[in-house]
Amino acid sequence: MAICRALLVAFLAASVALATAQSAPPAQNLLNKQAPNFTRQDLHGHALRLAAFRGKVVLLNFWATWCAPCQVEMPIFSAWQRQYGPQGFAIIGISMDDDAAAARQLVQRLKLDYPVAMGDARLGMRYGGVLGLPLSFLIDRNGVVRARFQGESDVKVMENQMRELLAEH
Amino acid sequence: MRLDRSGRAGVVAALILVCVAAGRMRAAGQWAAPPSSSASSIPASVLLQPEELNHLLQTPAAEKPLIEKPLILQVGSHVLFTQAHIPRAEYAGPGSQDAGAQILRNRVGPLPRKTFIVLYCGCCPWGRCPNVGPAYKLLLDMGFTRVKVLYLADNFGADWVNKGFPVESGH
Repeated sequence: MAICRALLVAFLAASVALATAQSAPPAQNLLNKQAPNFTRQDLHGHALRLAAFRGKVVLLNFWATWCAPCQVEMPIFSAWQRQYGPQGFAIIGISMDDDAAAARQLVQRLKLDYPVAMGDARLGMRYGGVLGLPLSFLIDRNGVVRARFQGESDVKVMENQMRELLAEH
Repeated sequence: MRLDRSGRAGVVAALILVCVAAGRMRAAGQWAAPPSSSASSIPASVLLQPEELNHLLQTPAAEKPLIEKPLILQVGSHVLFTQAHIPRAEYAGPGSQDAGAQILRNRVGPLPRKTFIVLYCGCCPWGRCPNVGPAYKLLLDMGFTRVKVLYLADNFGADWVNKGFPVESGH
C-alpha cells in the first residue's frame, strides 16, 4: 500500500512538472498553415475579425508602446496601407501592452490609419508565442501564413514579399 | 606674426578640421557612453548568459547544496510573462515605468541587500530594451550587491524558449 501511495505521489509530481515546465511551440510552426482566426474589438470599439479579411493580403503586426523598433516600423506600415490598400492589402495591429490607454495614445500620435486591437497572452500563444517584439506575419489572400518577421526586420524584404503575395490571385 | 592670404586660408581650414573632428569625437562619445537607463549601460561583469542561468537552475540542490538559487524577477511586459517565463520567476513590473518600478521596490524592499537576484526582460533586442537598465539601477540604488542581469541578445523567445530551456506559463 505504501509503495502504491509513493508511486501515486511520484506520478502526480511528474505530471505537475510536465504541465508547468513546458516548452513554447516552435516559432516557425505557423508557416504555410491557416492563420489562427480571432475576433477582438479594435481601439474604436469596432469588431475586428481576421476571417473577414479573407481575399486580402494581411500584415498582422504585434507591437507595444515600449518597443522602440516597433515605432520605427509602424509609420512605414501606415504608408503601405495607403499605397497598397487599393490592391487588396490590409494591416492589423495588435498591441501587446498591458494598458490600452498607452496604446491608444501612441496610435493617435503616429496617426495610424489601420485597425489596432489589444492582444493578450492567449492570442500570443495561438501565434506560437509572442515572446519578443516586433513580430509580424504576412498572410495571403487565402488566410495562410506565408512569412514571419521577428525583431528589427528589413522592411524592404517585407515589402517585396507583400508585393509578391499581392500579385498572386 | 602676419599671415599672407594662403596662410590665413590654411588657418581657417585647420580650424574647420578641428571643429569637425571634435564633433565626431563627441558623437562617438555619445555612442560609447549610453544613457544610464539603457540596457547597454549595464556592466558586462554582471551579465549572465542564458546557458549559465539554466545550468544554475538545473543543478539539483542535493548535488551542490552550496549553490544558491537566485530570486528571478521579470521586469518587462505582463502579457509576455503570462505566455512564458523562467520557472520560479516572478513578475516585477516593467522597469521603464513608474508603476513597474514601484512593484519592484515593494517586492525587494524587505529583502536582505545580499540577496542573489537575477533580472530579465527579453521584450526587445538587448540594446533597445527599455526595462532592464532602470530596474538594475534601482536595485543598485537600493543597496543590493548581488544583482545579475540575464543577457538576452534578441528576445526571450529566441534566446531562451527556442533554445529549449524550461518555461512556465501563467500569472
